[in-house]
Amino acid sequence: MTSLPDQTNQGFRLSQLIYDTRYRSMTIQVVAMALLMLMISWLVSNTVQNLEALGKDFNFGFLTQPAGYDINQRLIDYDSQSSHGRAAIVGVLNTVLVAVLGCALATVIGVIVGVLRLSKNWLVSRLMAVYVEGFRNVPLLLWILLIFALMTESMPQPRDFRGADPSASMILFDHVAVTNRGIYVPSVELSSGFFASTALNWLLILIALAGSIFVVRKIGAWASSKQEATGLRPTTWYINLAVLVVPSAVLLVLMGATLDVPFLKGFNFTGGLHLRNSLIALWIALSLYTGAFIAEIVRAGILAVSKGQTEAAFALGLRPNVTMNLVILPQALRVIIPPLISQYLNLTKNSSLAIAVGYMDVRSTLGGITINQTGRELEGMLLLGLTYLLASILISGAMNIYNNSVKLKER
Amino acid sequence: MTDQASSIAYVRDTMIPEQEPPLTEKGIVKWVRENLFSGWLNSVLTILSLYVIWMVVSHTFPWFFNGIWIADSLSQCREVRDATIGQGASAACWAVITERWPQLVFGFYPSDLYMRPVLAFVIFMIGLAPVLFESVPRKLLVITAVSPFAAYWLIWGGSFWGPVAIAAGFIIGYMLYNAMSSKLGALSATIATIIVPILYWLYVAGDVSSMLNAIIPMEIAYVESKQLGGFMLAIIIGLAGIILSLPLGIMLALGRQSDLFIINKTSVIFIEVIRGVPLIVWLFTASLLLNYFLPPGTNFDLVLRVVIMVTLFSSAYIAEVVRGGLAALPKGQYEAADALGLDYWKSMRLIILPQALKISIPGIVNTFIGLFKDTTLVVFIGLLDPIGLSNAIRATTEWNGIYWELFAFIGLMFFVFCFSMGRYSMFLEKKLQREHR
Repeated sequence: MTSLPDQTNQGFRLSQLIYDTRYRSMTIQVVAMALLMLMISWLVSNTVQNLEALGKDFNFGFLTQPAGYDINQRLIDYDSQSSHGRAAIVGVLNTVLVAVLGCALATVIGVIVGVLRLSKNWLVSRLMAVYVEGFRNVPLLLWILLIFALMTESMPQPRDFRGADPSASMILFDHVAVTNRGIYVPSVELSSGFFASTALNWLLILIALAGSIFVVRKIGAWASSKQEATGLRPTTWYINLAVLVVPSAVLLVLMGATLDVPFLKGFNFTGGLHLRNSLIALWIALSLYTGAFIAEIVRAGILAVSKGQTEAAFALGLRPNVTMNLVILPQALRVIIPPLISQYLNLTKNSSLAIAVGYMDVRSTLGGITINQTGRELEGMLLLGLTYLLASILISGAMNIYNNSVKLKER
Repeated sequence: MTDQASSIAYVRDTMIPEQEPPLTEKGIVKWVRENLFSGWLNSVLTILSLYVIWMVVSHTFPWFFNGIWIADSLSQCREVRDATIGQGASAACWAVITERWPQLVFGFYPSDLYMRPVLAFVIFMIGLAPVLFESVPRKLLVITAVSPFAAYWLIWGGSFWGPVAIAAGFIIGYMLYNAMSSKLGALSATIATIIVPILYWLYVAGDVSSMLNAIIPMEIAYVESKQLGGFMLAIIIGLAGIILSLPLGIMLALGRQSDLFIINKTSVIFIEVIRGVPLIVWLFTASLLLNYFLPPGTNFDLVLRVVIMVTLFSSAYIAEVVRGGLAALPKGQYEAADALGLDYWKSMRLIILPQALKISIPGIVNTFIGLFKDTTLVVFIGLLDPIGLSNAIRATTEWNGIYWELFAFIGLMFFVFCFSMGRYSMFLEKKLQREHR
């Protein structure tokens, strides 16, 4: 046996920093850190120099100055004298509005299409495949522009509704008017609200509704515990229905709710709620586009639950709907929910395509007109990026919590 | 036996010939019964789908097939329609596509130079063939290596020696690695291979190309980036983004899986920040803000900026897809690679990545499809991609008010590109499948 030369006595040599695996990772990290710092300081010093050369400073004071531009679609009070900061908030709320509406409709479309694509009906499954492939392979921007053009070019003008023999008529028993200026739908007006502000009145109704849902869930839990104890589940659907409907209905009646139906006055419709073409086009296009992706996710999720699970459930004597609720859906949802939420995230980010149809989302207010008027590109883009980043961190944080709660508990 | 047989009046002793199944249990009737009308719900769905198909077909087919292919303007189209098909009939005006075809494909590229991008595209496709299909002769890989530089030179023009000087940087790096790795070890060779070509590109390449150009002048007409447009622009941005973002995405994924704290956290922050913000915001950053971050006075091409942004954007998505592939590999594969005594890069290159990338092919191709569709967003920063051109065409007096024909054409072109990418990914998956053959 030849003995290896004793290396421990040689002490630390510089070459060990590269060749010894104990130190090499440290070396690499130090070098990477140094390069990173160098690059950041280079970027920052460039920015400082450029700002100096342009005579600009870096502050967010512009957010409190009056904006001076109008926003045609707003969920909170705003006029041209309001500040840029308030304009940004109006934009954020508009983004949230179209994102929430879009997510809801996209989910409905996606689930229906995903299930129908697995249908044994040849014609239906092919039709759904055509829809999915068509929407997945054509840019979203094109769909938005197409639907916007469809709304503005192919829909009747308000004046077509006039006269004794109009060429267009309102649909749904004269309640909804579809025109090339947008869709007019009836709205609920509160004539004697408890608060001066309409928003607060509606908030009250929402709170009542949320309370009802909470009570309904409590009743469900009570029924389940009863079932566990006695084996019989008490019939609760009529109680649930009453709890859901009665409180908000009573509130609505107390506040003097009336239905404000749009009607033709002069050359345009008045009254009711005016859904602008920009919102409709963005909403429908986002929903149809994301719906196609969600359909694929739902299909994959259902296919991922192996047939043995259904057969095992049947062998235990469960009926088909119980099998669906207790065996198939919980397993399919585990596969479906994470990509579904990332589609919601995509939809929210894609809502920034609002620029194509002039919908006033946060990119159009804070990242568009405000930047153009104040010349604060750096601050504006930074805030805009942070807004989107915050939204995506919130949504993906929620996803992580959900993922952990449904994760397969392995040994 | 014989008694019994004689006591029974009749015994069949031969097989009767096979009979046709009942009419409802064979052929098209059976298929229709089973697939379209197997229950009341299915019947309702079938009738509903037939109604939807009829609505779509009855509205679009006459419009499509009545289409007028030759006209100079929308009003002329309508005159032709009124004369031949009938007053106010539904008819598409495809003439806008035939008349504006060069513009839709090339943008405002000089019309006498149209051959150059076509040639570039052909060379690129020939170079792509051996990468996509194994049956193509391997010798064509030489064209693959040359094609990006050739395509760049043909499309933008200028001195022949510019792309040559850039390409020389890669050759220098390659030779340096070969020469040094045997003497100095892999790590220092890798570092030198990265640093020396970058220094060469920054400080030497420009002089080399102008010197060569002075000795042997080889120049073709230079075309500015703002003259590029149409599908050519979409394909340039899309392909450049695809080619550049794959290696970057893989590096980011490895960085995110790394044990080294700083590299790990840097990758995570980069990926999450890029993915958290919409592409439009990044494109506006590229067009509005990039000048703030660069040394005063620098100003570089808008198309190049867009390519860089699109590359960074999709590399973050690819990193996440590849990370999924890396995480899906059994831990035994990593341990086996270590047990064989392979170092990190060898184990990644020979054991881990081939398997991880195979798993992530569908996700990677989906990202590429997304990237290609997202090239339409450059219209918002003033580049004339197909959608930007459709707006420009609509703004002219001849074609004012034309919508559906342009949308249909652009949509169809994108569909063809993206759908074939998706089919190729399925083909690749099937080819690489190793289980249950």
